[in-house]
Amino acid sequence: MEFAELIKTPRADNVVLHCPFHLAVEGTLCLTGHHLIFSSRRQDNAEELWLLHSNIDSIEKRFVGSLGTIVIKCKDLRIIQLDIPGMEECLNIASSIEALSTLDSVTLMYPFFYRPMFEVLEDGWSSFLLEQEFELLSSVTNEWRLSCVNKEFSVCHSYPPVVIVPKCIDDEALRKVALFRQGGRFPVLSYYHKKNGMAMLRSSQPLTGTNGRRCKEDEKLINATLRSGRRGFVIDTRPLAVAQQARAKGGGFEQEVHYPQWRRIHKYIERFNILQESFIKLVEACNDQSHNMDRWLSKLEASNWLTHIKELLTAACLAAQCIDRESASVLVHGSEGTDSTLQVTSLAQIILDPRCRTIRGFEALVVREWLQAGHPFQQRCAQSAYSNSKQKWEAPVFLLFLECVWQIHRQFPCSFEFNEQFLILLFEHAYASQFGTFLGNNENERAKLKLPQKTMSLWSWVNRPEELSRFQNPLYEANSLVIWPSVAPQSLQLWEGVFLRWNRPSKFLEEAEIERINIIKYNKELQAKVNALRRQLAEMEADEEVQEE
Amino acid sequence: QVEQVKLLDRFSTSNKSLTGTLYLTATHLLFIDSSQRETWILHHHIAAVEKLPLTTSGCPLVIQCKNFRIVHFVVPRERDCHDIYNSLLQLSRTAKYEELYAFSYNPKQNESEQVKGWQLIDLAEEYKRMGVPNDYWQLSDANREYKICETYPRELYVPRTASKPIIVGSSKFRSKGRFPVLSYYHKNKEAAICRCSQPLSGFSARCLEDEHMLQAISKANPSNRYMYVMDTRPKLNAMANRAAGKGYENEDNYSNIRFQFVGIENIHVMRSSLQKLLEVSGTRGLSVNDFLSGLENSGWLRHIKAVLDAAVFLAKAIAVESASVLVHCSDGWDRTSQVCSLGALLLDSYYRTIKGFMVLIEKDWISFGHKFSDRCCQLDGDPKEISPVFTQFLESVWNLTEQFPQAFEYNEAFLLQIHEHVHSCQFGNFLGNCQKEREELKLKEKTYSLWPFLLADQKKYQNPLYNPDFSPELTLLEPNTVSFNFKFWRNMYHQFDRSMHPRQSMFNLIMNTSEQNKQLEEDIKELEAKIKQRSGQSDAVHEKEQDHAVPVALKSPPCFQKEPLPMPANDAVRAIEGSNPADNRYSELVSEFSKAEPAVVSLEFGVARMTC
Repeated sequence: MEFAELIKTPRADNVVLHCPFHLAVEGTLCLTGHHLIFSSRRQDNAEELWLLHSNIDSIEKRFVGSLGTIVIKCKDLRIIQLDIPGMEECLNIASSIEALSTLDSVTLMYPFFYRPMFEVLEDGWSSFLLEQEFELLSSVTNEWRLSCVNKEFSVCHSYPPVVIVPKCIDDEALRKVALFRQGGRFPVLSYYHKKNGMAMLRSSQPLTGTNGRRCKEDEKLINATLRSGRRGFVIDTRPLAVAQQARAKGGGFEQEVHYPQWRRIHKYIERFNILQESFIKLVEACNDQSHNMDRWLSKLEASNWLTHIKELLTAACLAAQCIDRESASVLVHGSEGTDSTLQVTSLAQIILDPRCRTIRGFEALVVREWLQAGHPFQQRCAQSAYSNSKQKWEAPVFLLFLECVWQIHRQFPCSFEFNEQFLILLFEHAYASQFGTFLGNNENERAKLKLPQKTMSLWSWVNRPEELSRFQNPLYEANSLVIWPSVAPQSLQLWEGVFLRWNRPSKFLEEAEIERINIIKYNKELQAKVNALRRQLAEMEADEEVQEE
Repeated sequence: QVEQVKLLDRFSTSNKSLTGTLYLTATHLLFIDSSQRETWILHHHIAAVEKLPLTTSGCPLVIQCKNFRIVHFVVPRERDCHDIYNSLLQLSRTAKYEELYAFSYNPKQNESEQVKGWQLIDLAEEYKRMGVPNDYWQLSDANREYKICETYPRELYVPRTASKPIIVGSSKFRSKGRFPVLSYYHKNKEAAICRCSQPLSGFSARCLEDEHMLQAISKANPSNRYMYVMDTRPKLNAMANRAAGKGYENEDNYSNIRFQFVGIENIHVMRSSLQKLLEVSGTRGLSVNDFLSGLENSGWLRHIKAVLDAAVFLAKAIAVESASVLVHCSDGWDRTSQVCSLGALLLDSYYRTIKGFMVLIEKDWISFGHKFSDRCCQLDGDPKEISPVFTQFLESVWNLTEQFPQAFEYNEAFLLQIHEHVHSCQFGNFLGNCQKEREELKLKEKTYSLWPFLLADQKKYQNPLYNPDFSPELTLLEPNTVSFNFKFWRNMYHQFDRSMHPRQSMFNLIMNTSEQNKQLEEDIKELEAKIKQRSGQSDAVHEKEQDHAVPVALKSPPCFQKEPLPMPANDAVRAIEGSNPADNRYSELVSEFSKAEPAVVSLEFGVARMTC
């Protein structure tokens, strides 16, 4: 298919661009296969806007006489308006945008066409391999092994080719366990707590069904992570009733009789369609500037967004607490084990593991616990908060995770190597990107699409020193402790950097941030200077003493 | 003194407690726990004491403070508890001003320092700074002896064209005699903020002198012919007042006025709003939705927004239209003080400095007779007179500091400290209801002024991000008052609930770093001087070898004692933060981790255990 077929009017002049809190600008609009480009023709500081078609969430058009207006709502929540003279041009452009922003085929997406303008120093596709992770692990314990049982994606289609499992469990047993877990997602190691040797596993629900099926290998696998005489915790992200109902459909939960050493805790985390609804409501509330105080607060409440944040943080704290305080191993799962499970395991690691609070470590966490673990990004991030179509696979699962990290970041502003912008960057790229990192739903699909060969990785770009400097937190100071956030409603806040980003002037806040960075920078300069002067003085003194002698 | 008393954590369900000894002094309640940490509570800060039903571990005693601290003691013996309860009731309710802490508080200042302290804020000076008296405005001696209005200050500024009979006539037509006077003069726009109380218009009464008065104000502004009259009450309240012979200005009777209702609720609504807010925020195990709906139902943020919206309207009338504005409510000492002071704060960057903010409070709140004594319940009085009007003012200012982080010289701690002392009755400034009363109490001789103490401590109250050139002089600060900009002020209402605050304070870090930067700059100067001196000396050393006294002294300059070896930059920041006893949040964080169970999570864990 040629993109040109979809573009009937590639260019329109005298278009007026309206962005909130900016003066309207007149200029030229161009459509290409992947971008909408607006350029003001003013000689002095010409303004340009490049918008990826895949970033467009919805488009509305209306006419006043022959002047057409297109309102474009983006997946990063921005809303822009274009006034286009000429009814035909406007209609053509609108239908082109609509077609180009809803391409079915992944291989037509921009990452397959994007040619980087920068030198690749390190290929992001091979920056975070599980083998490296395992090497680190083997330096502290030999109770685990790398298994290639899923090499051909034959045991579990949503798992990566290699996984870490207890050493005493062989591949044959893993195959059997896979049959006992939904989607073949048998329990694998998610995190190893070096401090006390406790492990966090994740999986999908066991297929016990109504007649209480059991699987000896499954029991053996998870028991292998327990110290003798100690108990472990199963954190089920569904309420008990839902878990019980799941049995009718062949699913289920670990029953006490068969798992006597495990205590089950049901910690409910909402599922995708409810989260999507919550997301849409929240964005709606934030975008309406005319709300009076009562309406705003009741809309904020009705969105339930902050409730989801609190639930999720609480569940993650609980998992972290079991591991760090109770010295118990933990198995986390919900139904499929691809959404709420990953939210809990990855957030618990942010709390427990100082390495995950560095830039590199956080990237590794996203790769390990989200991309390789098979969170279906393609499905979940197909549409954002402005989509009208009722598709049931979209959900801001990853965004919720990022926001929880942000909430913890706010409470421990000196413990993270990255800044808020880094989290926002990941949000943007999960929904629309020139990089292939977030394409596909799991490693299996990524391999089939040959993404590592055909597209550029986000990490190749972001880990270059000149980009990285934008995402560094000047206040960072390595903190090796476990960080326990407060989950009281008074301690949680709306993530303004995402939800109010386009709805208010932020100039003063940005300037204040720059001032903060300057104070820290200046401090470092002064320290260096004082130290140099002291050394100089000490040397002079020493010289003098020598002379005296 | 009672021993073996337990202090419970307000928000923990795990019954975590500290055991210690409770002492009652003449002025304070003191609790010292087993690790010798002290909790001081001033008797005047106590808003309510409550004895709860006896439990197995003892008799619970809950003390609510005006600074929103809530402490929950468990006293082992009921009789002790009863005694403490009775003593606290007596001690926290004072009948006479002379018994307040301010009259016994002795900060070891001598008499001349005391006098100088009171002279620190000079309102005559302030009016001069604004540019009055001038061709249009003059100082009136009408109220020199408090004859026209008891609740106004002696010195009032009025239009030159307003003669004494007009003033007297107008004051008779205004509630409590509070006739229109100058509150703020904008010298660039030649426009004025004036304030008064409601007119006694009833349904049809009019007063020519009052009409003249308004005309005089209007004419005192050469750049605009019309003026605004802002009635800060909701229209319905103002109309109801007409039945009582009060009311609002009829536009037909006053030429060239533009009349405007603003809709800020009265003191009773505000009081119960705060009450609701505190009930919600004090709930244990609060859910997000209960918190948000409680916040909504309390109406608190709606009121804060209303106040700030009114101030923005006022400031814009002056800055954009160059129109003078007359502000009033009913008596003109609550809502009027809020709106006039916030309006001036938006218009004039001087009020965004530490000294300027003190002046603003002295002018629009203290001198114009905001009834601090009644509103803050300094003496045992009518509970219906209590209202958090001043707290709302501080909260509005806090909201502005959040939107304009670089526009204010002072920080949040400054606002909190002022709030603390409005209720502490430790200094004379806020005692009484008006200037006349303060003079009668001889406060300037018998008590001390708060301001010099705050100024002496100003390092603590400085905003490290402050940029004096943030906005040119007399340019308007235009806040965004869309609802989502207003946030719950956690540091005010949960100031003492440490578990709710960020465990690492970015603000403190920046504050300390910026403080350290100043110190380092000095160190560098000192070191450079020494190096210069020494290099000069080493040339001269052959000639003057006997002069050894100087190098010896140089070997231990102060900066060397502090940090003997060059340290990595980061460690120094941390060291400073930990070494500041007033702010040991960071070190507290470490100790928090060493405790057996984290308070925050165990709460949830308890819940989780019950469900499984």
